[in-house]
Amino acid sequence: MTVFAFTFYLFAITTVIGGLFTVVSRNPVHSVLWLILAFLSSAGLFVTLGAEFVAMLLIIVYVGAVAVLFLFVVMMLDVDFAELKAEMAKYMPLALLIGVVIIMQLAIALGAWEFSDGFETRVASPAGDMTNTAALGMLIYDKYIMLFQLAGLILLVAMIGAIVLTLRHRVDIKRQNVLEQMYRDPAKAMELRDVKPGQGL
Amino acid sequence: MIASDIQIVMPEILLAVYAMLALLGAVYTTKDGAASLLTWVTSGLFVLLALWIGVNGQGTQQAFDGMFVDDGFARFAKVTVLLSAAAVLLMSESYLKRRGLLRFEYPVLVALAVVGMMVMVSAGDLMALYMGLELQSLALYVVASLRRDSVKSTEAGLKYFVLGALSSGLLLYGASLTYGFAGTTLFSGIIDATANDPSLGLLFGLVFLIAGIAFKVSAAPFHMWTPDVYEGSPTPVTAFFATAPKVAAIALFARVVHDAFGGIVGDWQQIVAFLSVASMFLGAIAAIGQRDIKRLMAYSSIAHMGFALMGLAAGTAFGVQAMLIYMAIYVTMNVGTFAFILGMERDGVPVTNIDSLRQYSKRQPLSALAMLVLLFSLAGVPPMVGFFGKFYVLRAAYDGGLAWLAVAGVVASVIGAFYYLRVVYYMYFGQEGLGLDGKLNPVLWTFLMGSALIMVVGVVNLFGIEPLAAAAAATLVN
Repeated sequence: MTVFAFTFYLFAITTVIGGLFTVVSRNPVHSVLWLILAFLSSAGLFVTLGAEFVAMLLIIVYVGAVAVLFLFVVMMLDVDFAELKAEMAKYMPLALLIGVVIIMQLAIALGAWEFSDGFETRVASPAGDMTNTAALGMLIYDKYIMLFQLAGLILLVAMIGAIVLTLRHRVDIKRQNVLEQMYRDPAKAMELRDVKPGQGL
Repeated sequence: MIASDIQIVMPEILLAVYAMLALLGAVYTTKDGAASLLTWVTSGLFVLLALWIGVNGQGTQQAFDGMFVDDGFARFAKVTVLLSAAAVLLMSESYLKRRGLLRFEYPVLVALAVVGMMVMVSAGDLMALYMGLELQSLALYVVASLRRDSVKSTEAGLKYFVLGALSSGLLLYGASLTYGFAGTTLFSGIIDATANDPSLGLLFGLVFLIAGIAFKVSAAPFHMWTPDVYEGSPTPVTAFFATAPKVAAIALFARVVHDAFGGIVGDWQQIVAFLSVASMFLGAIAAIGQRDIKRLMAYSSIAHMGFALMGLAAGTAFGVQAMLIYMAIYVTMNVGTFAFILGMERDGVPVTNIDSLRQYSKRQPLSALAMLVLLFSLAGVPPMVGFFGKFYVLRAAYDGGLAWLAVAGVVASVIGAFYYLRVVYYMYFGQEGLGLDGKLNPVLWTFLMGSALIMVVGVVNLFGIEPLAAAAAATLVN
C-alpha cells in the first residue's frame, strides 16, 4: 500500500466514522464534535486531491465558524432530543423508503452517465503550474475584479439598508453616560441632613 | 490593460466612490442634517456625469475582457438614466423633508442604484448583468420601505423584495442554463453558440432570462408587484421607480436579446410580442377601476412598457431606435406628471385620490393646463410628443412584419386613453368636492411646466434625439 493510498483510506474511514457517529450519538454536543471530525478529515481528503485551498476553506469556514455556531445553538437552546428521536422513529419506514429511492435514482443516473468528448482536456487545470490559491486569486482579483467590487457594493447596500430600516434613535430613554459617571463628585452627590425627630425635611 | 479598463468605467467608479464618501461624510458630521445638501450635490453630480458621458464618449470600447461594453447604446441609456434620476432627486427633496423622511441614506442609495443601472446597460456578460441588476434592485427595495412606520410602505418594500428575489431566481436559472449550453457567460460567446441551430437548452435559458427581466420592467404577466409597490412607497420614490430603473431595465432587455441572442431573432420575437400585447391591454383595462393616482400611474407604466417592448419586438435597428425614443419621451412625461402628483395635498397631507382633482382648473388654471398636456401626451393624443413616441414604435412593429401587433397597440392605446381623459374631465368638468389646497413649490412647478412645454414644443424635431437614438441603436444591432 502506497503512502497516498494509506492517507486516503485513513481520512476516508475517519470521515465515514465521523458522519456515522454524528447521526447515532445520543448527546447532541458529541454529535457536533463528531461532525467537526468529519469536516477535518474531509479537509484531509481535499489535500490528497491537491485542492489545498478548498481544504483550508473547509477548516476555516466549516470547522471555525459553522460547527462552532452549531455547538452554541445546541448548548444554548434547550431542545429535547429524546423527544425528537421518538418522533423520528415514527417516520422511520417512510424515511428509509425515500432513502432507498434516492440511492436507486443516483445509481441509475451515475450508471448511465457518459462523459462528452474531450472531457479530459477540459477538466485539466488551465492554470499551468500555478497553485490553486494563486489561480483563484488571478480570477477573483484580476479577471473578475469588476464583479468582485460590485459584489462589495451590493453588500454595502445591504448594510446601509439594514441600518436605514432598523436603527432608531430613541429620545425617551435614559442612556448611560460613562464620563458623567466617572467625573461624579461624591462630595456633591451626597448631602447629610440633620433630621429632627417628628419633623421630617 | 487594467489602466485602460479603469478609464472606460471611470464614470461608474466616480459615482461609487462619491456615494461612499458621502455616506462617510454624513455619518461623521451632522447625519440627517446633511441630507438636503447631499440630495442637491448628488443630483448635480448626476447631471455632470450625464454631460461627461454624452459629450466625451466615442466609439465602442470594451473593458474587462468584454464584460463591460461602452457603446453608443449604453451611453444613450446612461444619459437618460442619469438625467431622470437627477430630476427625481431634485423634486423629492422638499416633499421628503416636510414629512420627516429625508434621511441622508436616501441620496446615497439612489446613487448606488444608479451605479447598478449604469452597469446593467453596459453589461457584456451574464455575470455583470446580474451584478448590476442586483445592485440596483437591492437599493430600490430599501428606498421602497423608506417610510418604515407606515404599514403600506413596509408592505411595498417586503413585496418588492420577495417578488424581486423570485424574479432574480428565474433570471439566474436562465443564466445558468444559458451558460451550461453555450459554454460561456460572455454575450459575444453566446451569440456564437446560437449561430448554428441553437440547442433546446439554450432556448429554455433565453425564456427564463426574458421572464426575469420582464419582471424588472414590470411587463405583464410579471407585473403584479407594480401597483402595490407604487402605491405603498413614498411618492418621490414612486417617481424614481417609474423613471430611471425602467429605462435601465428595458435597455438591459434590448442589450440581452440583441447582443447575446441577436442571431435568433425569430425565437425571442414571439415572446417579446406576447409580453408587449399582454402589457398594453392589461395596463389599459386594469387601470380603469383605479381611483388612486399612484396606482393609475403604475398601470400606466405597465402599458407604456408594453409599447416600448413593441419596438423591441420588431427585432430591427429601427425598432431599438423607436424604443429608445419612446423611453426618453416616457421618462420626460413621467417626471412632469409626478411633479404634479408630488404637489397634490390638502391641509399639508398628501392626497392621491383622483376625486380630489375635481374642479382643479378653477383654482390652478396653469397647473391644470400643464397636467392636461401631459395626460394627453401620456394617452398619445396626436399633437403632443407622446403621440410621436407611439407612432415610432407602431411604425417599427409594422416595418418588422408585425402588423397585428401594431393594430393591437392602437386598440390598447384607445382603451387606455379613457382613464387619462377621465382625470382631465375631473379637473375641468368634475363636480365640486373636497379639493386640493396646496400650491406647487417652485422646483415642482418648474419641472411640471418644463415637461409640459417639452411635450408641446418637442413636436418640431423632438429636440434632435431621433438621430442620436438612431446612432445608438446602430451600435447595438448590426
